[in-house]
Amino acid sequence: MSVLQVVFLVTGFVTLLAGVMVVASPKLIHAALWLIVSLAGVAVLFVLLNADFLAVVQVVVYIGAIAILIIFAAMLTRRVMTDSGPTHNPTWWLALVSALVLLGGLLALILQVPAFAQAGPTGLPLADSGLADLGTSLVDANRFLLPFEVASVLLLAALIGAMAVARPAAKPEEGAE
Amino acid sequence: MIPLSWYLTLSALLFSVGVFGVLARRNAIGILMGIELMLNAVNLNLVAFWRYLTPTAIAGQVFTLIVFAVAASEAAVGLALIISIYRRRSTIAADEINLMKW
Repeated sequence: MSVLQVVFLVTGFVTLLAGVMVVASPKLIHAALWLIVSLAGVAVLFVLLNADFLAVVQVVVYIGAIAILIIFAAMLTRRVMTDSGPTHNPTWWLALVSALVLLGGLLALILQVPAFAQAGPTGLPLADSGLADLGTSLVDANRFLLPFEVASVLLLAALIGAMAVARPAAKPEEGAE
Repeated sequence: MIPLSWYLTLSALLFSVGVFGVLARRNAIGILMGIELMLNAVNLNLVAFWRYLTPTAIAGQVFTLIVFAVAASEAAVGLALIISIYRRRSTIAADEINLMKW
């Protein structure tokens, strides 16, 4: 077993364990902290896959923004969940069965393609793992300019929408209630 | 050398954990965390396929970047909705938010 394989197995195990703790932890704050561990594990796997830029984006966007946002939301709403019964649905076993059936189906599909088990990483064509190519492809009208702009419009819409939804109701409306 | 099937298996496991979280959690924020896990599993799959099968085409990484953007907007809007529901109903348990249930 090579060093890379050991690194992969350890990272994968930690990522998976943290993922299980995210869905199983009774306290929401703990679940959010485990989510950070899981996201960091995926960032390490991105490095193993030579996607350096994506690893950095994973740390900045997922850990730096989304996880912190979730922790903020958990803190703003945490008082209710400690005293409103169990943290999981009464039918959680049904969810477990569905997840296991899905897992079985996915694994059966993956094992049906023997090429996946043998495929090794081919040599990267560019020295910088394609970072320059990625940058130019995002602003090239013949390649991915349109998806890039659509993503920016989506982010703007989400920004305005989130502010409009989360803002408290106007004063007169409160009085009318 | 790490076989591609290892990445796919790990990704499938992570996705299933996320599915369980979405289906089993009562807390709406817990459900959102399950969705984040699922999106991460998909990202891992996309990057693994890019690296092993088509390293010359950068589309795999671009797709992952778009998924990042969608995940960020989804988290922002989802959490704003949760805060708004919490203000009005004082609960974020998914089974108690039944205003639009017939």
